[in-house]
Amino acid sequence: MEFLTLIQVFDSTIRLSTPLLLACLAGLFSERAGIFDIGLEGKMLMAAFFSAAVASLTGSVWLGLLAGIAASMVLAGLHGLASITFRGNQLISGVAINFLAAGMTVLIAQDWFKQGGRTPSLFGQGRFPGLEFPGAIGPADAEATGRPVSDLIAETNVVLQVYSDLISGHSILVYLAFLAVPATWWVLFRTRFGLRLRAVGENPAAVDTSGVSVVGLRYAAVAICGLLCGIAGAYLATALQAGFVKDMTAGRGFIALAALIFAKWRPWHAMWACLLFGFLQAVALRYQNIDIGGVVIPVQVMDALPYILTVVILAGFVGKAIPPRAGGEPYVKER
Amino acid sequence: MDKMPKWADVVLIPLISLILAAALSALVILAIGEDPVAAVKLMVNGALGSTYGWGYTLYYATNFMFTGLAVAVAFHARMFNIGGEGQAMLGGLGVALMCLYIPWPHWSLALIGATGLAALFGAAWAAIPAWLQAKRGSHIVITTIMFNFIAAAVLNYVLVNLMRPKGSMDPATARFPGAVHLPTLHELLAPIGLNFSKAAPANVSLLVAVAACILVWLLIWRTRLGYEIRAYGHSETGALYAGISPVRITMIAMLISGGLAGMMAINNVMGEAERLVLNATEGAGFIGIAVALMGRSHPFGVFLAAILFGFLYQGGAELALWTTIPRELIVVIQALVILFTGALDNMVRMPLEKLFLALRKEKQA
Repeated sequence: MEFLTLIQVFDSTIRLSTPLLLACLAGLFSERAGIFDIGLEGKMLMAAFFSAAVASLTGSVWLGLLAGIAASMVLAGLHGLASITFRGNQLISGVAINFLAAGMTVLIAQDWFKQGGRTPSLFGQGRFPGLEFPGAIGPADAEATGRPVSDLIAETNVVLQVYSDLISGHSILVYLAFLAVPATWWVLFRTRFGLRLRAVGENPAAVDTSGVSVVGLRYAAVAICGLLCGIAGAYLATALQAGFVKDMTAGRGFIALAALIFAKWRPWHAMWACLLFGFLQAVALRYQNIDIGGVVIPVQVMDALPYILTVVILAGFVGKAIPPRAGGEPYVKER
Repeated sequence: MDKMPKWADVVLIPLISLILAAALSALVILAIGEDPVAAVKLMVNGALGSTYGWGYTLYYATNFMFTGLAVAVAFHARMFNIGGEGQAMLGGLGVALMCLYIPWPHWSLALIGATGLAALFGAAWAAIPAWLQAKRGSHIVITTIMFNFIAAAVLNYVLVNLMRPKGSMDPATARFPGAVHLPTLHELLAPIGLNFSKAAPANVSLLVAVAACILVWLLIWRTRLGYEIRAYGHSETGALYAGISPVRITMIAMLISGGLAGMMAINNVMGEAERLVLNATEGAGFIGIAVALMGRSHPFGVFLAAILFGFLYQGGAELALWTTIPRELIVVIQALVILFTGALDNMVRMPLEKLFLALRKEKQA
């Protein structure tokens, strides 16, 4: 395989990992606080639709991002209401949220835009542009020389190829997602809030005894989860693609969930897991069937691999994945 | 002492939840500029106003009875089998193998064979998550979700690379031979002088589904195994103390659950499409969750809820045909039903319990 091809695969790995990473960190906050969330998919989908719809109506992608975050946080609030306030089954609530998003997005899209459940294509200010780093070869150079970017990149040296193609040129949300990893680590492991948040996922009674509100902490975690899912959805519809189409999350929320388990609920590991799963998606997207020394790996294996790996990890054959101890249990104050 | 009479738990709470879901759905219809009353009329007319409508309603209901029972059996052992979709897909594979590669002399024999292999495949697909839950403590909800996606990939591979007839672009198997055609309700009812619509897909597997409801009821409430499943579901430690093996109950309950989900394929694959296509299940595995919650995990409740959802599906298709309301309205209604009967159950239950307690106090005073 040529070096440049490899860079291109890694480049698309980064693009495809970004929504997974944001959703995975979202799930990390929620599950570390003891609230299981299988509704990541639904929240992303709802955010994808509202960000694309508002960006298309107002022409401003930033307003779109805000709308996406707001929509996702409304669903997060619903999940909090069901699983914290009314102490319902968190898994069932997540399932309901996924269906609610799948149905409502198409319903509203059809009502607003009448294009068969999609938004109009976004262009110009309606999308997040790629950020060009200083010195990187980008569209500006292409315009100046009148030749396509790919030709220019192919002609330069290796360092500049990596810098221009792999590091530069992504939308701001990509950099935000990767910055969110150290931020998450810092919040969870170096702040008082993070300590309490992790404690509430392990032993809420102890947190309650020390006079800290279990309900408040869990709502805070769920809200952060909504925020991050909102950014993930907005990235899908306004940066990775140009507009919303029906069911555009295509199981990414579940891959993020898989990555979260794969990473055993730890931020840095989550990043590597998401990069791995993003890489699998990038390879599946670029090649249909892969021929390795005469053995053909069908594309379906690539599709299924994140899930198979997660089941293997869950089975505890390669290190045991132990979820936060109070995960999925509603907290009932003793009387 | 119970806080509420039993009838309130069984009838009143689901009814209130359903009314809440319906009211919100009506608001949604209003918000997109349509008339909810007219919509309901159209749905009732389209789904129940003719034998054609009934034929579709009952066809969908047959699917949902199988998947609803599947979820319900697992619920009794306090497990959430979210993998009905994948298990039903694999069941479809079992049906296709039976119908395509064995020369059946009569449809009734083919039905027995296909039901058996569909159940076996569905159960096998549930067996791995069940074993992982029982032996390794892997959370069954997560593993069954993962197995749904793996099932989709397996089916995709099998249909594209192995079972697709030569020269066909469509990722689907060949059409099943005529000998395995299941009689539709039209063919079943014609001899006794009833003229049921010819075009409707409801078929003899409806009777299998009803039989499955009865058998599940017998299993859960009239056998030792059913007692053990319920005991395990109520209290794992209690069951352990009574000598009930958690591994055994987890495995058996999930195998039955997966088998029931797999059996759905005799309706949609053998009875309707008569070949195996991609995404043959069309989300019926997930609707089973709503059906089981609505039916309070009781086979009779599942039967009623399945017919309700069959009505919603056929009615929703009619709405999409005649109005600007897309079919996805049904997905919203389904979400609301799951939300109110499942996740927000306490929102309805808490005030009702208070009400009944207050009433009781008044009576005593």
